[in-house]
Amino acid sequence: MSQTMMPPSTELTQTLAHPQGKIQSKFVRILKAYPLVFVGGLMVLTLIFVAVFADKLAPFSPDFQFPNGLASNGAPLAPNHTFIMGTDDLGRDVYSRLLFGARISLEVGVFASLISLFIGTSLGIISGYYGKWIDSIIMRITDIMLAFPFILFVVALVAVLTPSVSNIFIAIGVLGWASTARIVRAQVLAVKEFEYVQAARALGSRQFRILFRIILPNIMAPVIVLTTLAIGNNMLLESTLSFLGIGVQPPTPSWGSMLAEGQQVFEYAPWLLYYPGLALLFSVLGFNLLGDGLRELFNPRRVR
Amino acid sequence: MIAYIIRRIGGSIVVLIGISIITFSLAYLVPANPARAIVGPHASEALVLQVEKQLGLNQPLPIRYVHYMENLLQGNLGTSYVLDQPVTTLIGQRAGATAQLAVTAWIGELLIGLPIGIISALYDRKAVDHVVSIFALIGISLPVFFVGLELMYWVGFRLGWLPVGGSGGFTFVILPALTYAITGAAYYARLLKSSMIDVMNSDYIRTAKAKGASPNRVILRHALRNAIIPVMTYGGIDIASLFGGVVVIEDVFGYSGIGQLTVQAINNLDVPVIMGTVLFAALFVVLFNLLVDVLYGIVDPRITY
Repeated sequence: MSQTMMPPSTELTQTLAHPQGKIQSKFVRILKAYPLVFVGGLMVLTLIFVAVFADKLAPFSPDFQFPNGLASNGAPLAPNHTFIMGTDDLGRDVYSRLLFGARISLEVGVFASLISLFIGTSLGIISGYYGKWIDSIIMRITDIMLAFPFILFVVALVAVLTPSVSNIFIAIGVLGWASTARIVRAQVLAVKEFEYVQAARALGSRQFRILFRIILPNIMAPVIVLTTLAIGNNMLLESTLSFLGIGVQPPTPSWGSMLAEGQQVFEYAPWLLYYPGLALLFSVLGFNLLGDGLRELFNPRRVR
Repeated sequence: MIAYIIRRIGGSIVVLIGISIITFSLAYLVPANPARAIVGPHASEALVLQVEKQLGLNQPLPIRYVHYMENLLQGNLGTSYVLDQPVTTLIGQRAGATAQLAVTAWIGELLIGLPIGIISALYDRKAVDHVVSIFALIGISLPVFFVGLELMYWVGFRLGWLPVGGSGGFTFVILPALTYAITGAAYYARLLKSSMIDVMNSDYIRTAKAKGASPNRVILRHALRNAIIPVMTYGGIDIASLFGGVVVIEDVFGYSGIGQLTVQAINNLDVPVIMGTVLFAALFVVLFNLLVDVLYGIVDPRITY
């Protein structure tokens, strides 16, 4: 707050004297004004770190069924010195499975969102820019996609394609573009009447250039926000599919299937639910915080 | 207004036909043969062919689609391959259970979400708002089956207050509905908050304040009434999708509703049931969208068609 109270002249001389300091203080200022971006970003970076280095961080193999991993009555082991998060009903190390689960989750979340982003943005731009019958057709298809019970649609498509990691993100991505297309279209409709687009057109720029070099950069902010939020959502969707048994197939560890396995024995092994559930919450929350923060950051109406 | 409604109904029919075509093609793109699935892996090839003929599976896809639509218009959704009962009967048996869950869950969402939305709008950027916002974000980020399992473990198993799962009377509805309400309420809270803030900055609220209306009256009479419109849209789509079956929650709690029926049908490649339940769910979404649009005109006199 004290920085904004400072007379402009002082700030100016400071800036001229220490250009390096200006960048640093601006960075700090953004962090202070938008703590969500910072916290969310940190959580997302943690997730990426775990996913990338899962094989280095994990103490054991995620699939190995330890002969000493079950109690004498066949029950999973509670968290202890060797297995810090306990073992599951097959005597596997929960902690190692959790770390490897981050990979699947992030992979599906990111790739599915990129596919939706690509389809949705392309269709949205074409629809908004050309209008007329192309717009009508694309928007009717969008209506159909949005009226579909989404989760059932994904479940059915994955069943058709046979469940595998790549088929899951393809199914989610190919079906999940409708809301992106709508938002992009609305943005294009607003932007295309601006002077700089009119100017480009008057100067005789080619259509492709107008669409992708002039309009696209100007509608990126909401698209970035939407994609960040979509990654979190798609991670939830992957875990849901795996929970229903139509997602990632065993023995590959996915947080959703770990929860499904945990449900069978939760009366005497409740930790099998906590860890994968909290890991999912942490990751999705990270992307949601980051997306919300970015939305504030990009919003020109919210002046700080 | 009448012309607008007729046009919208036309559009809705196009959407439903589109959905039926996509579901139909998708269902028959499955590499496995439904006839083989019915007779079992050890039956003779002749028997498979006979069943295919019986089900009309030997005809080309477009003809089968037309045939299906003819039956559909007569209210016949076909017979389940696996359960050997008419699809309309199967849906009818479960529609009541799903409707009960849907309405309870929806009311729960509104009861939790709307007051939170109003409070955080009134205390915008104050400590209360920040705390509420964080909780709302956590609500949105929670996997619904995780919430369901934890409620099942603590309330159902450890405390023993409510049944752990299954279906029966109203006691079986509470935990699944609460699960949905906890994870869904946050959307209402956030939506209502942002819409309230927009409205509170508008001219007519300033006028209402200026002419001396009490703060409570300004909020409840003037602001809320206008801020509720975007919430209504979401509410309509939300309850519509609930009526189509609460897929994951029904699965977690072993609640026998439409959602569970659909998941079983997909696992069994029971094409007529898949078609029936998906169309049933889509019908609600389309219908409620239409209803919400018409309601707009009644709540907000500025909107004309």
